[in-house]
Amino acid sequence: MDFTFSEQQTSFRDAVSRFLMTEAAPEMLREIWETDAGRSPQLRAKIAAQGITGLSVPVKFGGLGCDDVDWSLITQELGYYCIPDSLADTACVAAGLLRGLGENSALAAEWLPGIVGGAARIAVGHPVNSLVADAHMADLLLLHHQGEVHALTRGEVEVELNPSIDQSRRLCRVSWTPGARTRVADAELGGKVWAEALDRGALCVAGQLLGLAQRMLDLSVDYAAQRKQFGRPIGAFQAIKHHLADVVIRIEFALPVLYAAAHALATQRSDRSLRVAHAKLACGDAAGLAARNGLQVHGAMGYAWETDLQMFMKRAWALDASWGDRGFHKARVADFVLSKDAPLGPGNVGDV
Amino acid sequence: MDFSYTAGQQAFRAEVRDWLAAHVPRQRLASFDTREGFEQHRAWEHQLFEARLSMVTWPEALGGRGCDLVEWLIFEEEYWRADAPLRVNQNGQFLLGPTLMQFGTEAQKQRFLPRIASSQDVWAQAWSENGAGSDLAAIRAKAVRDGDHFVINGQKIWASRALFADWIFGIFRSDPLSDRHHGLSYVLVPLSARGVSVRPIKGLNGLDSFAEIFFDEVRVSADNLIGVEGQGWQVAMATAGFERSLLLRSPGRYQRTAQKLVQLYQRHRAGADRDPLLREAVLQAWMDAEAYNLAAYHTVGKALLGEQPGVEASANKIFWSELDLRIHETALRILGERGELLPEAPAAGDVDTWLEGYLFAQAGTIYAGTNEIQRNIIAERMLGLPKA
Ligand SMILES: Cc1cc2nc3c(=O)[nH]c(=O)nc-3n(C[C@H](O)[C@H](O)[C@H](O)COP(=O)(O)OP(=O)(O)OC[C@H]3O[C@@H](n4cnc5c(N)ncnc54)[C@H](O)[C@@H]3O)c2cc1C
Repeated sequence: MDFTFSEQQTSFRDAVSRFLMTEAAPEMLREIWETDAGRSPQLRAKIAAQGITGLSVPVKFGGLGCDDVDWSLITQELGYYCIPDSLADTACVAAGLLRGLGENSALAAEWLPGIVGGAARIAVGHPVNSLVADAHMADLLLLHHQGEVHALTRGEVEVELNPSIDQSRRLCRVSWTPGARTRVADAELGGKVWAEALDRGALCVAGQLLGLAQRMLDLSVDYAAQRKQFGRPIGAFQAIKHHLADVVIRIEFALPVLYAAAHALATQRSDRSLRVAHAKLACGDAAGLAARNGLQVHGAMGYAWETDLQMFMKRAWALDASWGDRGFHKARVADFVLSKDAPLGPGNVGDV
Repeated sequence: MDFSYTAGQQAFRAEVRDWLAAHVPRQRLASFDTREGFEQHRAWEHQLFEARLSMVTWPEALGGRGCDLVEWLIFEEEYWRADAPLRVNQNGQFLLGPTLMQFGTEAQKQRFLPRIASSQDVWAQAWSENGAGSDLAAIRAKAVRDGDHFVINGQKIWASRALFADWIFGIFRSDPLSDRHHGLSYVLVPLSARGVSVRPIKGLNGLDSFAEIFFDEVRVSADNLIGVEGQGWQVAMATAGFERSLLLRSPGRYQRTAQKLVQLYQRHRAGADRDPLLREAVLQAWMDAEAYNLAAYHTVGKALLGEQPGVEASANKIFWSELDLRIHETALRILGERGELLPEAPAAGDVDTWLEGYLFAQAGTIYAGTNEIQRNIIAERMLGLPKA
């Protein structure tokens, strides 16, 4: 029983964090927001050079062969720095989906190496999301049809963009025609890989939400220390302190839920979907409160376009309902908790 | 990251489970807020001790069995799973014990710890005073050095279980000219000492759950001083750390209560589902108890790597106390009009101990440092915000 990260895992996270701190400053994010594509190939290339895009790719395809536990640290960084890219969809969810197609999948062999290099963009059209993120510039789209997995290139689909309040999001309605030629997994295999993709997608979002929560907390603490009213920093007022302390508590008690979910998914524990659903809810709660209380602590500045808080806040609002909204995940928790003979009490942590 | 238990840990769990199955009293003990119940609980503690299960993490020489923290979590899980009695000596065992391990001399450890493990001595905490609640540094009760003794005068209040306890650990002002956090000393006092009088205070349940303690020229040996004279505040803060951390309130407790809440809801679903918020509250309570448990395993993992717990203990204390309240509030709402009935009421049905738990949960946000104070601590020491 060891519920901690290895030295290697945390130092990789630290390196990613230092890298993003310089490469993804808020001013730069705003510039990217303003572009049509909403994506920066340069940033993407630099991120790939850090090894992040190869995390989930098996070693034989040039990747690092890491798992969801490693990702649970990295997705927090992606959230913390509000990376304007649906990076995790390609590098974690799509990579997992391709691996799930089996050792001999030609599609996997073709695309996994490209994920490592950072050039390949793969959009995932899971039925839990009615719109597909980043489909407009995807090289490959993995789409759902009656439980099957279909793979299409950008030229084979039509996309219609749906603007979001989070200006970095690129949500597309995708029109396409399924056929025997596009099918890469039948409904039997598809059922398995789509279920896993859902857990993985939700887990990636949960990690990002928690990173966003931490960032909004940090921004608000900085602001509370520097903004003066009544002759003193507003952070000296107890109401402000308690708003921020409440966010700390939510984050502290969402973190281990996220990590346990990552471990459950990585090791294919039978309770993985429950753990992921719980993580998604807990991290969403933390981010929601960090946004609300963060804005309150910022006063009118929190409502102003020029204040950086908005980027993180809007991302948090948007992600909260992606890869399964609250009702969806709560229903998954309820299915478990209210099922007969569920192992609900003390002593349910260990692997069975 | 590895969630599997070693063979040794599994064997330990099995041993604890079997022992508890054979020994946990079938009939609930009387409340330890009564003389009779107190002694029943003391006897139970003695049984635990004989099986070397009262303080599993303590060294064998001091009455424990040298377990690590993972085994401690396992023990706690089994303990709550078995619905074993509440720990009457929790203040001695979970607060004073670890404090003595850290600050006590070898002689003090030998003298006190085995008797704490066996509950030959049951301890109460005498910190609060009429004028020193949240503002603990306002302590006025004095313990003044007189040769190799301290002479204690003053009064303490709200000391849980002090009416029947044997000893108290207190903080007193040892330098009469000092103020605030300076000049305080951490002194152990037998309640049988001449000049001590204890007056019970009834709690919400109508029982003598805490007491006021009066000290009138009470002389105790200077051997009873813990740590350095005048530096009692530092020792007290270590105790407070234990009080807010996992030690006092292990996750098994809340997982067990949340599990019972789910069962209660299932039994009363027809009525409860008329208020959809109840279902929501039940699910949330279960998730939060899980989160508390996972956080405990994470904390234990970090502690085993040598990380010292810090102000997170304040977040911990807020989390368990507010969770406990929500669980019990939800239970009473599910019980509806029967929620107000005492268990002996003819129409009580399955009200069980929900009401009693609800009453005690009201105190959780107050004792061990109020939740407002804990939020201040988080903001000031964790986030670095300026003091008021
Ligand atoms: C069931 C129970 C058992 C207890 N057992 C023991 C025991 O065994 N030994 C012992 O020594 N004590 C014990 N206590 C006492 C407990 O430690 C105190 O009640 C606690 O420290 C709060 O002090 P107080 O009651 O004087 O409240 P006060 O300090 O008067 O506080 C009243 C209210 O004001 C708020 N407040 C005070 N100061 C601030 C501030 N700076 N900022 C914001 N809000 C503030 C508080 O949070 C609270 O809401 C027990 C209490 C209870 C309820």
